[in-house]
Amino acid sequence: MSILEAKKIEPSTGSTVTLGAAGEAVTIAASQLKTNTIKDAGGNTLLTSNGSGVLSNLNSGFSGSSVFISSQTASSSASLSFTTGIDSTYDEYAFYCVNMHPSSDGVVFEWQVSSDGGSTYGMTITSTAYRAYQYESGAYGLSYVAGDDLAQSTDYQHAIEQVGNDADQSCSGILQLYSPSSTTSVKTWLSHFHSCHKGNVTNDEYTSGYVNSTSAVNAINFRMASGNVDAGIVYMYGMK
Amino acid sequence: MSKVITTTVLPRDGWDTLNIGASGDTVAIAGDSLNTNVLQDAGGNNIFTSSSGTVSSTILGGGVKLLSTQNASASANISFTTGIDSTYDVYVFKYINMNPATDIVNFTFQAGSGYNTTMTSTYFAGYQNESGSGSGLVQPAGYGQANGTSFQALVDQLGNLAKESCSGELVIFKPSSTTYVKHFLGRTQGYNGAPPGFATDIHIGGYLNTTTAITQVQFKMSSGNIAAGTIKLYGISKS
Repeated sequence: MSILEAKKIEPSTGSTVTLGAAGEAVTIAASQLKTNTIKDAGGNTLLTSNGSGVLSNLNSGFSGSSVFISSQTASSSASLSFTTGIDSTYDEYAFYCVNMHPSSDGVVFEWQVSSDGGSTYGMTITSTAYRAYQYESGAYGLSYVAGDDLAQSTDYQHAIEQVGNDADQSCSGILQLYSPSSTTSVKTWLSHFHSCHKGNVTNDEYTSGYVNSTSAVNAINFRMASGNVDAGIVYMYGMK
Repeated sequence: MSKVITTTVLPRDGWDTLNIGASGDTVAIAGDSLNTNVLQDAGGNNIFTSSSGTVSSTILGGGVKLLSTQNASASANISFTTGIDSTYDVYVFKYINMNPATDIVNFTFQAGSGYNTTMTSTYFAGYQNESGSGSGLVQPAGYGQANGTSFQALVDQLGNLAKESCSGELVIFKPSSTTYVKHFLGRTQGYNGAPPGFATDIHIGGYLNTTTAITQVQFKMSSGNIAAGTIKLYGISKS
């Protein structure tokens, strides 16, 4: 066995250093291998790092069945909009809303969609709504919420109502929108949200429905029915 | 073109880094494989690590990351005591075929260092019995909590025959927050063991009424062991 000791190995000519030959394995016995770009033998980039651990050009084979697309963070925001990334790439989009905190007390967190890239939000929706609740003081119930459903309306769809704005109160939940790019079908959706009601009540609300249009949906807007979205973050995912 | 034939290349004495190529160069592996347990970027940030073929990475693998898996085998409980932190804003527990040792018990969870965090919660169910003679939607008393510290039922009256179990998922939002109470949502399908057998579709929602970060979650049956089942913990990536 021979050992070559060196500080650096560089190409004698050109810009390529070749290690090993076909049929051989190149083993890195060192504790780690460092590089910012990994390509296959054909020169196709598999991943790129910026040197600070942030990857780009990630080959789709590395990703799972759900793909992060983008996020929007509220900071005394009138609303949060996703106007790019909703297209035919995925058949299901999921919006994870985390700790949406209103500036006003006891308000509705709601959403609407757009077929014109976010220029206008007011597509026709038909939906259902029901919720379970439990007061910290003990009372509880389960009921249909007539005020949160829509019947061929272009109003904003309520995700959950009466969100409190105490410092520790907010709402969180998940909205799943199916095949928004379809020009054949209406767009079905499911929503499950939880809030701390302004009266110290746990509020567990389920809404679902369809956007009654065969136009592609390509943008969505989240807001409080009154006042700003003081804080919170919405993550948009695509499901393969 | 020059060629060096050797079996081992080491950093020169006094150095712990061997540089191959320079900026703008390409290092080509003509061999059939490159074997390493750790791949880092040039800044020293781990892209992935491998241990006996088990690869872990905080930045590869897509939006939903499997963080850990625990299997029950006559287990008093299953606890997740690591991996719940500020890395993710949304954590999802998926529990599959949780089979109790004791008949007609509840599958439950609690959180926090003492598994006794104050919570307010709701619980309701759709059900259908196997004879077709009973179905409906109910919100049974005693399963929602009003600032209680009990373990929260995810499903009730599970049967303990080998074929009987429950499966579902529990979502917890931003457990690391020291500002907000922690919202949770859950849905479980369970085999109710009361004759003649029921399909039950349980919905829960609530909040852990604390502004202390939650780092631990425990699952157990209301009585007896978890005979079998698997619980997987996922994080929803922030980017």
